[in-house]
Amino acid sequence: MTLTQSDIDRELARIRESREKARAEGAPAADHPPRDFRPYRSSVLRHPKQPLVAVQGDPETVELHTPVFGRTDVTAIDNDLTAQHQGEPLGERITVSGRLLDSRGRPVRGQLIEVWQANASGRYAHLRDQHPAPLDPNFTGVGRTLTGDDGSYHFTTIKPGAYPWRNHENAWRPAHIHFSVFGTAFTQRLVTQMYFPGDPLFAHDPILQSVPEPSARQRLVATYDHDLSQPEWSLGYRWDIVLDGPSATWIEEGR
Amino acid sequence: MAERLVAERLAPTPSHTVGPFYGYALPFPEGGEIAPAGHPGTITVHGHVYDGEGAPVPDALVELWQAGPDGSLAGAGGSMRRDPVTGGFLGRNGVDFTGFARIATDADGHWTARTLPPGGPAAAPYISVCVHARGLLHHLFTRVYFPENAEANAADPLLASLDPGRRETLVATAAPSPGTYRFDIRLQGEGETVFLEFR
Repeated sequence: MTLTQSDIDRELARIRESREKARAEGAPAADHPPRDFRPYRSSVLRHPKQPLVAVQGDPETVELHTPVFGRTDVTAIDNDLTAQHQGEPLGERITVSGRLLDSRGRPVRGQLIEVWQANASGRYAHLRDQHPAPLDPNFTGVGRTLTGDDGSYHFTTIKPGAYPWRNHENAWRPAHIHFSVFGTAFTQRLVTQMYFPGDPLFAHDPILQSVPEPSARQRLVATYDHDLSQPEWSLGYRWDIVLDGPSATWIEEGR
Repeated sequence: MAERLVAERLAPTPSHTVGPFYGYALPFPEGGEIAPAGHPGTITVHGHVYDGEGAPVPDALVELWQAGPDGSLAGAGGSMRRDPVTGGFLGRNGVDFTGFARIATDADGHWTARTLPPGGPAAAPYISVCVHARGLLHHLFTRVYFPENAEANAADPLLASLDPGRRETLVATAAPSPGTYRFDIRLQGEGETVFLEFR
């Protein structure tokens, strides 16, 4: 039987209800999605059934250190996704700026942020993306940068389009940019997606809705910031990223 | 800009899946080559990623992070060395031990890394593994320990805390030839790999 959007919406509503009930009964707020989230069908066979085993870190724990990235790893235009080809890409030119912070609000400096995204028509420059929307010869949709001394990052790109996927019939992903981020410890590794404000697809998307708390989902949505918009050039969005997980500096300070 | 230390913990940005289309963005040539080119002490660590039905996962991204043979966790930049002229990837510089690998699994769900055996600081050396894939809403951490360190492995706090059946999912097997270690990652079900969380 083909699964429809209404089926998924009903599943999401049931899950929302049981989450609200659990929270009302004092369950703690979860920051991250559960790995087992049935409305996102690909998770069904790909989540461990055994609980994770907790590791208490000491300063010699390998995971409290992190790979090093430096100036050889990026080139000057890597953070401008509109400048990687001969011509201007199609679509709405935007800038995305923000800061990378640890959970105590300290800037995370000199770390690698990588992004990838669909083009303005909602198509990835990936062989397996068969969505019959046009590829853009002037847009690949890959960028990277190192954070500055204040943890800041900056990308110039094109607003990606929404696109269909095969989770269920008539499934559409809200427009998003994929982010991959390193912190000062491997435990802080983060891969996530940034959304755009006011997208009508939010409520129907099992991936965004996998994040349990409305406030946590909101943290994945960038803010339109007119001060970041540039006259005759681009619209500006602001999105700060906060890393989870223990960092080596916590240990040094004795936590 | 003045640093603002917050007493309250800032709420973290939630994780999401890497999705199916990272393949033209995250992997890079020589991503599995951690050992300097031609180093005589090179070992090969490889394996498959399987789902809950035992099917290979062809779209997983495996990241490794480890100490050098001397136990140093300093790492080195240059894993993703770029060509400033073409913007393409130059690959590793052939000299530095970066400690970092990133490998996309192939159609058989297989990944391979060439590296040097990790040294201390831990008594039982290991390679840290971070697994990303479509379907994984949050990445998974595990560790590769080595079979010849039986005594040190027995004293390792993590390994010692596990039932023997589960413990063996974290120890690579020397196969098929000396210097080659197989480490399969089973996301779910029979033989499910032990996955870790850090506190």
